[in-house]
Amino acid sequence: MSLTIGVPREIHAGEKRVATVPEVTEKLIKLGFAVNVETGAGAEANFDDASYEAAGARIAASADELYAGSDMVFKVRAPTPEEIALMKPGTTLLSFVWPAQNPELMQQLAARQLTVLAIDALPRQLSRAQKMDALTSMASISGYRAVIEAANAFGRFFNGQITAAGKIPPARVFIAGAGVAGLSAIGTAANLGAIVRANDTRAEVADQVVSLGGEFVKVDYEEEGSGGGGYAKVMSEGFQKAQREMYAREARDADIIITTALIPGKPAPKLITAEMVRSMKAGSVIVDMAAEQGGNCELTEPGQAVVRHGVTIIGYTDLASRLAKQSSTLYSTNLLRLTEELCKTKDGVINVNMEDDAIRGLTVIKDGEVTWPPPPPKLPAAPPQAKPAAAVPVKKSGHGHGASEPASAKSLAILFGAGALLFWLVGAFAPASFLAHFTVFVLACFVGYMVVWNVTPALHTPLMSVTNAISSIIAVGALIQIAPPLDAAAAEGRPNALIFALAVLALTLTAINMFGGFAVTRRMLAMFRK
Amino acid sequence: MSTNLATMAYIAATILFILSLGGLSNPETSRRGNTYGIIGMTIAVLATVFGPRVTAAGIPWIVGALVVGGSIGLYAARKVLMTQMPELVAAMHSLVGLAACLVGFASYVDTSIVFEGAEKTIHEVEIYLGILIGAVTFSGSVIAFGKLSGKIGGKPLLLPARHWLNLAGLLAVIWFGVQFVQAHDVGAGMLPLILMTLIALLFGVHMVMAIGGADMPVVVSMLNSYSGWAAAATGFMLSNDLLIVTGALVGSSGAILSYIMCRAMNRNFISVIAGGFGTGGGAAPAAAGAGPAGEVTAVSAVETAEMLRDAKNVIIVPGYGMAVAQAQHTVYEITKLLREKGVKVRFGIHPVAGRMPGHMNVLLAEAKVPYDIVFEMDELNEDFPDTDVSMVIGANDIVNPAAQDDPSSPIAGMPVLEVWKAKTSIVMKRSMASGYAGVDNPLFYKENNRMLFGDAKKMLDEVLVALKG
Repeated sequence: MSLTIGVPREIHAGEKRVATVPEVTEKLIKLGFAVNVETGAGAEANFDDASYEAAGARIAASADELYAGSDMVFKVRAPTPEEIALMKPGTTLLSFVWPAQNPELMQQLAARQLTVLAIDALPRQLSRAQKMDALTSMASISGYRAVIEAANAFGRFFNGQITAAGKIPPARVFIAGAGVAGLSAIGTAANLGAIVRANDTRAEVADQVVSLGGEFVKVDYEEEGSGGGGYAKVMSEGFQKAQREMYAREARDADIIITTALIPGKPAPKLITAEMVRSMKAGSVIVDMAAEQGGNCELTEPGQAVVRHGVTIIGYTDLASRLAKQSSTLYSTNLLRLTEELCKTKDGVINVNMEDDAIRGLTVIKDGEVTWPPPPPKLPAAPPQAKPAAAVPVKKSGHGHGASEPASAKSLAILFGAGALLFWLVGAFAPASFLAHFTVFVLACFVGYMVVWNVTPALHTPLMSVTNAISSIIAVGALIQIAPPLDAAAAEGRPNALIFALAVLALTLTAINMFGGFAVTRRMLAMFRK
Repeated sequence: MSTNLATMAYIAATILFILSLGGLSNPETSRRGNTYGIIGMTIAVLATVFGPRVTAAGIPWIVGALVVGGSIGLYAARKVLMTQMPELVAAMHSLVGLAACLVGFASYVDTSIVFEGAEKTIHEVEIYLGILIGAVTFSGSVIAFGKLSGKIGGKPLLLPARHWLNLAGLLAVIWFGVQFVQAHDVGAGMLPLILMTLIALLFGVHMVMAIGGADMPVVVSMLNSYSGWAAAATGFMLSNDLLIVTGALVGSSGAILSYIMCRAMNRNFISVIAGGFGTGGGAAPAAAGAGPAGEVTAVSAVETAEMLRDAKNVIIVPGYGMAVAQAQHTVYEITKLLREKGVKVRFGIHPVAGRMPGHMNVLLAEAKVPYDIVFEMDELNEDFPDTDVSMVIGANDIVNPAAQDDPSSPIAGMPVLEVWKAKTSIVMKRSMASGYAGVDNPLFYKENNRMLFGDAKKMLDEVLVALKG
């Protein structure tokens, strides 16, 4: 019997997103589910009830009605105690939960005998989990919105221009933290024409920063800041000091600072001190995307935009929600992918498979039992002891004569010397008849050498096969031994039968090679086609 | 047919052989090249049979031998699977080697041609060398055949003091050679000749046994070269220019080919021939402690299909595993499907992938993969960073990053395909066992690497089904 998915209206103040959009509703119904949507659920994100109905959903008139008729609930914000009370025991909830920060909520959810899949608890390092990674999709939207908010508060152009009215310098944007949100902000700001500089404790993101049009600012201190799972870790005191100096420098120059530095399970690091804010030019803007976790700037007021020392400090905690239509669409697609994983049979019944790494990580409460935190997932393997960058410079080995370096003069001299000696020896001792053969032999060696140099590697096998076939020319040797024209005197005492037998045997063996070699080459070559 | 006419026919045959080798340098002209070879061989045989040195009495026997041998050869050529090509080629080399030995012995016992003085010495040295090279080619090829077909283990057999053994063998061969040349009649010379043959046979066995599996392509090509030299030596012995020229052509082309391959592996030609990995016996392969360790991430065929479908740019790196599993046709099906969906699919071929030079190209060609999407390592190694998925099918050593960044690795310095630079690499393997070179592969533990365990053919079939679904 297929399950019913309920999509309530988000009641958190200022929350404009909705957990499922009409487009996804249709796909959920195709998976075999029934979908109920509370009236007005998508209104703030510009999806009206009619569009949900057109997609096949049933509209519930109230939250009570919705929760009572739902076996699964899709939400954006973690539910309030009142909402939990409305859910049927045994309901499966897909939502942001933040289990580490909300122990009380976890207890209430467990007490209600729910199964809870916290989308924020997804093991993000699993590549197949990427399609369900709502944190990433939300962060990316937030990063974009942060730049837009900054542009809104900033009194100048982003891009530099030279106009009849004078020269306008480009805005200088500094972005602290190059995670998903930071990278998104870098790309957006660079596209608007600003000079973008960014920093992150993880050195490996430098390439990503550059690829989006930013410039990576290094801290003059050697320490690696990767803490696993794509997050940064807390750095040492020495590093932090160097980092502060760098931030102070950057703050003086920057028109706009966007901070995104978060450390999981810890308050956000205070990167921008009041002192630094004071050093900034009047009219500058700081967007503190870590405001919800306390903020990266000392003067941030979470949820508000304030002006301090002439600098606008934006601490909105609902950046993603401010782009409600976009974020709802992405979020609901993430939930859809998760639902597909849960319902591989496509019959509207879910299976919370705890053997699956991704689902195991997501499931924080299973049938009223708290299953969080999950056992550590397979972490990225620690790289084997960093070897000194002794990467052996690999010589480019091209094929063909032209690509090889000319031999050194010394070795050439030796080669020619040896050749001369050999030729002198042969010339001095060998009889004339041998010399004729020897000439032919040496020249043939060179012809072979010249001919083969330019073979494409693709044809090495056919070439070998054909040279092998040609080497059955040795048959000629056998042929002339089988029945040579002999006068009676020469035939006398010659072991005719033995020679004959040897020659016939040799000829038979060679014939195998001759016919087989050419035939197999032909077969092979017939296959090479464009 | 007069002697002059026969000589002219020989020259024609020689030119055709040269054209044949030249034609093989390019796929466009390769088929014509093979035809030239066939015509050349036909002319050479006919000119000999109807020439002045064969009487009518021999013709029935000659026809008989050609028919018997030819039928066996044609049958083998038709039946052989493309994946067994290396074995077949090795087996054929052994035939040439054996034939050279037989012709050499026959020539030695033939008293109808009498030489005097220096000519006699030279003739005997020629016989001696012809048999020596023939015997080494024969036994070496037999062992190579055994190794390639899996009848003999691929691990290099490293006898203690093997270099001294080889040296002793060489000295013995020279000693017997002196005895042989000084012998007054055929009976006296026979013993050193036979002893030398035995030593040469043992030497051939020892030489190939000592060569590691990864170096097999070089060996096959080297034996090819030997079979040419054997023919050339026979030509000297019988004063036949055609044999000399053709033998020299084959010999030098095989040698060049071996050299090209050695360079592709960044290996010293001499040390490959001397055998084994890490010459000097014991450059400890990357001390066990420093070896890569960690978790590998396994994926399923369905997930692989998903990754492939979502990619824009795919490079497939086939290896011996694909040959073993006979997976090339499925690979092509997948390629075709992906190309229809607009995914750019290319193949990256390492110069020594497989067990024979160009082995992979032949297999892909068999599966009708168009050769203009098949690239050499050097042509696309720089494209990996822009590649979404690199799929490694049954290859190991040729994609081992240790070759670049672990100077103590036995394969250090060997150019490798940098598959790990792609956004995701997928390695298809039957198990975590290390490759032919016996070196562990840090690629498997890289963060962006996924392992698809199982038989390559079976897994690829599943991927294909998932792609179609």
